[in-house]
Amino acid sequence: MTATDACATPLDRDDPAVLVAGLVKRFGGTVALDGVSFSVRPGELFGLLGPDGGGKTTLFRILTTLLLPDDGSARVLGLDTSTDLWAIRSRVGYMPGRFSLYPDLSVAENLDFFASVFGTSVEAEYDLIAPIYQQIEPFRDRRAGALSGGMKQKLALSCALVHRPDILFLDEPTTGVDAVSRREFWDLLAGLRAGGLTIAVSTPYMDEADRCDRVALIQKGRILAVDTPAGIVDRHPLPILRVATPDRYRSIQLLRSYPHAHSVYPFGESLHYTDARGDVDPAALASELRAYLDRQGVLQPEVEPIRAGIEDCFMALMDDPSLEPE
Amino acid sequence: MNALRGFILKEAHHILRDRQTLTILLLLPLAQVLLFGFALRTDVQNVRVAVVDAAPDYATRELRGRFDGTTVFEVVTTVPTSAALPPLFERGAIDQALVFGPRFAERLANGDAAELLVVTDATDPNTGSAMQAYATGVVQEYERELSLGRATGTRILPQVRMRFNPTLESVNLFIPGLIALVLTLVSALMSAISLSREKERGTLEVLLVSPLRPWQIIVGKVLPYLVLGVINVVTVLLAAWLVFDVPFRGSTALLFAECLLFIVTSLALGVLVAAVTSSQRTAMVGSLIALLLPTTLLSGMIFPIASMPAWLQPVSNIVPGKWFILIARGIMLKGVGLEHLWRETLVLAAITTLVLVIAVRRFDIRLESS
Repeated sequence: MTATDACATPLDRDDPAVLVAGLVKRFGGTVALDGVSFSVRPGELFGLLGPDGGGKTTLFRILTTLLLPDDGSARVLGLDTSTDLWAIRSRVGYMPGRFSLYPDLSVAENLDFFASVFGTSVEAEYDLIAPIYQQIEPFRDRRAGALSGGMKQKLALSCALVHRPDILFLDEPTTGVDAVSRREFWDLLAGLRAGGLTIAVSTPYMDEADRCDRVALIQKGRILAVDTPAGIVDRHPLPILRVATPDRYRSIQLLRSYPHAHSVYPFGESLHYTDARGDVDPAALASELRAYLDRQGVLQPEVEPIRAGIEDCFMALMDDPSLEPE
Repeated sequence: MNALRGFILKEAHHILRDRQTLTILLLLPLAQVLLFGFALRTDVQNVRVAVVDAAPDYATRELRGRFDGTTVFEVVTTVPTSAALPPLFERGAIDQALVFGPRFAERLANGDAAELLVVTDATDPNTGSAMQAYATGVVQEYERELSLGRATGTRILPQVRMRFNPTLESVNLFIPGLIALVLTLVSALMSAISLSREKERGTLEVLLVSPLRPWQIIVGKVLPYLVLGVINVVTVLLAAWLVFDVPFRGSTALLFAECLLFIVTSLALGVLVAAVTSSQRTAMVGSLIALLLPTTLLSGMIFPIASMPAWLQPVSNIVPGKWFILIARGIMLKGVGLEHLWRETLVLAAITTLVLVIAVRRFDIRLESS
């Protein structure tokens, strides 16, 4: 095998589709990525979870050859993102975080254009994009700018898929999309994954972690954990309780001043409380807290032990770097 | 489908769909021609003249009548002494004054030098010298007729003849400059805006993660604007020919070829501006200041290069519009061909190539501008 046809060689099933090692990226004085390492297996639906400003977009831009890392290396489909950019560019599908289609062109015109850019046509690739495109095809003559958020994302996904990429990078595809469309979008990704496509998705929504095979939690340019969603949840070391009271603000203050409190944070309508004593019985802890809040004059506190979710793990990992793997 | 064809098609969609901008782009050249042709001319008309004639005689009356008889001059007042002139000039009541010396007719008849002072308001030097020239023309014409009537009249009179633009129609001179202006405005500005729009909207990010090379993106973006530029050239030339009777002495094919070259120059400049700016707004301001202003002021379109300060004159050499205007004036007004214009054409082509190379190289293949 010569060096020139190396890029055309399909990957072995065992070679990682994405391999990132010690990636560092700075913008002026700001460190966007601070030594990021992980890998994505072929055929995997991989989630990159983290809050805004965590470095997700920067990481995706390095993987799609749009940015050069300051240090470390990134390989996509076995190709180096710094040196093999043209080989990578024709083989990846990329959907940036911002809606990046032409609002003044119709649905069909956008799709035709991106097909032509990759030297193919919508007709030739129809079977691949059909499950997605058929949902927006009734609006094929509507201008892309006039589509709803969910339909825009479906169109963008069709455009990113139209050249049969070997790997798909989706940067926050569900941000700003309603709950129903979000669920539909993840169903579509599940369908693509079932077809064997490797997909890397970033999202700030912790509840979407369960839709991924594996997730990486990223915060302030560092990877906090990489595991299956269940594996991450299992790592949570402390008992965790859900507390619901009429006066949320006062309850936070009270719980935070409780001697054994490890952390207290708002979670939706209620609060999550973790106790610093790792070995205490959750049921006993619940009655202990209920009694404490009662004494402080909080009316009818609801306290119940719960299983930690991804977000709880995220909070725990953020607070305590010692919980990081390795 | 071929990538470049798809790109051009998409760009054409953009242009055709934005009806307002398209209308402006198509009508702007026409408006410019009419504006420059009718309003912004430097030929003088309706020159208001005051006559200072202390002792009127047949000669002064005759000369005065001749001034009044032209369409250019209008004698608005007659005053006895030149002391009355300054306030008239200051008020802007008159543009020019004819001050006859004493015993005008008598001196003329004797063959002595008859004194005539022509005072001109030269607040605007261009108009001033034009008025001066017109007035001198009227006086010389009279003088010539007088000497013809004499048996011995062999006086030698200086003759001035305006070549190439004998009627001094400024619109003839403006048309080549106008083409340069319109192409800078439409081709350079629009290609700069449309390319920086892709940056601003984030669509360039998607285009970059594709096998498209920078030159393909650039060619795809600007080709439709080349067509628009050609339409603009045709509009300007048709209007110039039909409305203002501007002569086309040279080869029309050559003129079009040179226009095409200049469209490419403008497009390349637009791409360069877009490559070094990051938003539509900066691209627009950048093109206006860096491209439109030099084309208007330094190309010789309005202000003759010869009347610029010595240090500024070499600067005009890097303004592509200057070379295009030289070429277009040569073809249209002098009727000369490539044998006289190859040097200017070569300079223009060299500038174009240079700008193109810089533009393509400055066009980033990544998102970083470092």
